[in-house]
Amino acid sequence: MSKIHVSTTVNGDDVEFLCDPRETLLDCLRDKLHLTGAKEGCGTGDCGACSVTLDDRLVCSCLVLGAEAEGKSISTVEGMAEGESLHPLQQKFIEYAALQCGVCTPGILVATKSLLDKNPDPTESEVRYWLAGNLCRCTGYDKIIRAIMDTAADLREAS
Amino acid sequence: MQYHTATSYENAVELAQAAKGTIRFLAGGTDVLVQLRGDFVTPDVLIDIKQIPGAADIQWLADGSWQIGAAVSGAQLYEHEALKTEWPGLVEAMNLIGSTQVQGRATLSGNLCNGSPAADSVPAMLAADVSVTIIGPDGQRQVPVGAIPRGPGQTTLKQGEVISSVNIPAQSATGADAYLRFIPRTEMDIAVVGCAVNLSLDGPEITAAKVAIGAVAPTARAVDSAANAIVGTTLDDAALTALADAVREACDPIDDKRGTIEYRTHVAGVLAQRAAKIAYQRARSKS
Repeated sequence: MSKIHVSTTVNGDDVEFLCDPRETLLDCLRDKLHLTGAKEGCGTGDCGACSVTLDDRLVCSCLVLGAEAEGKSISTVEGMAEGESLHPLQQKFIEYAALQCGVCTPGILVATKSLLDKNPDPTESEVRYWLAGNLCRCTGYDKIIRAIMDTAADLREAS
Repeated sequence: MQYHTATSYENAVELAQAAKGTIRFLAGGTDVLVQLRGDFVTPDVLIDIKQIPGAADIQWLADGSWQIGAAVSGAQLYEHEALKTEWPGLVEAMNLIGSTQVQGRATLSGNLCNGSPAADSVPAMLAADVSVTIIGPDGQRQVPVGAIPRGPGQTTLKQGEVISSVNIPAQSATGADAYLRFIPRTEMDIAVVGCAVNLSLDGPEITAAKVAIGAVAPTARAVDSAANAIVGTTLDDAALTALADAVREACDPIDDKRGTIEYRTHVAGVLAQRAAKIAYQRARSKS
């Protein structure tokens, strides 16, 4: 079976890879580009652990084919920190201990950043609905929500 | 599996005609990829229609009607303020499907073509009298949404036929729609019952109506008797009772762990009443 050549942008870098037509964007990110931040939880778009943005649109990378990434711009959790300095959301998640096992965390960070980029002042309900597709089996969500509300407030003050 | 990117709908049809075996058109992929990955349906040929010019565009035409490209996502519909104002029920119905992530990809045409009896957007499209444009080996034709579903997981589309756009009529100046579904959770679930109501008014009186139900029959269906029960009324208690009775009469649901026949039938009547009240209120506030 012939492979498909894909040129795309990941976290601002031009990248190329060869993929099988059946391989998902998640497979390509993890296995070809070695960006293992996005996780496979369910593989069916239910859990959100593989969340990335595709041309600024939040998606489950398990429900996107690698071939569909041609000419697109993708952002993953690896692009959030600038060098050694963590993104404010990442910093706040640590302060609040808003994670335990950490499998859902990259997806939740990417999804939350995508929300705050669109809406810097969300209500708690808006945050909870936005993240309804990001499942966490450890925290009970409360610390996650508090960390997000606090980060959003800080970012508003800073801007 | 071969993967093709179609450059036009005609090209997509040509690719489909040249293909052997199972074909799937790929728009949002939120059903097709789940079926592929779960080994339920492994297409021999997958034809991506997202790159076709206009496929991701929402157009508000001069006559007030809407043309929604086959690859327009739920998130795009939700972000379109004018569409939300004209057809709040239809946009709500689409927006109830899946998570934010799924909304970033899922499409009205895909929801229709997947053939689920519980598809949230389908009753809303039926109530809004939506049609779809189909391009196939025999050319182009326009058919009402109600002609597409054939049964659970099945449609009347023929091999090589693809939906190019979803066409929503102009909303009446005194009209509004609403959609409600029942699920055991608050988010991220599949409808146990869904109901859409679209109506127009002359003062307080309903002059035209359409009622459609989902998840309570092998396909979503419009219920003319339910619409007739409220036309010519001011949605008084007697009309609401007649509406619920007519909706329940039209139900033919399955019995499963998510809802018994009796329960689904009862809830369908309740949702119809509530959706009608919301649509009525929305229409009243326009005049």
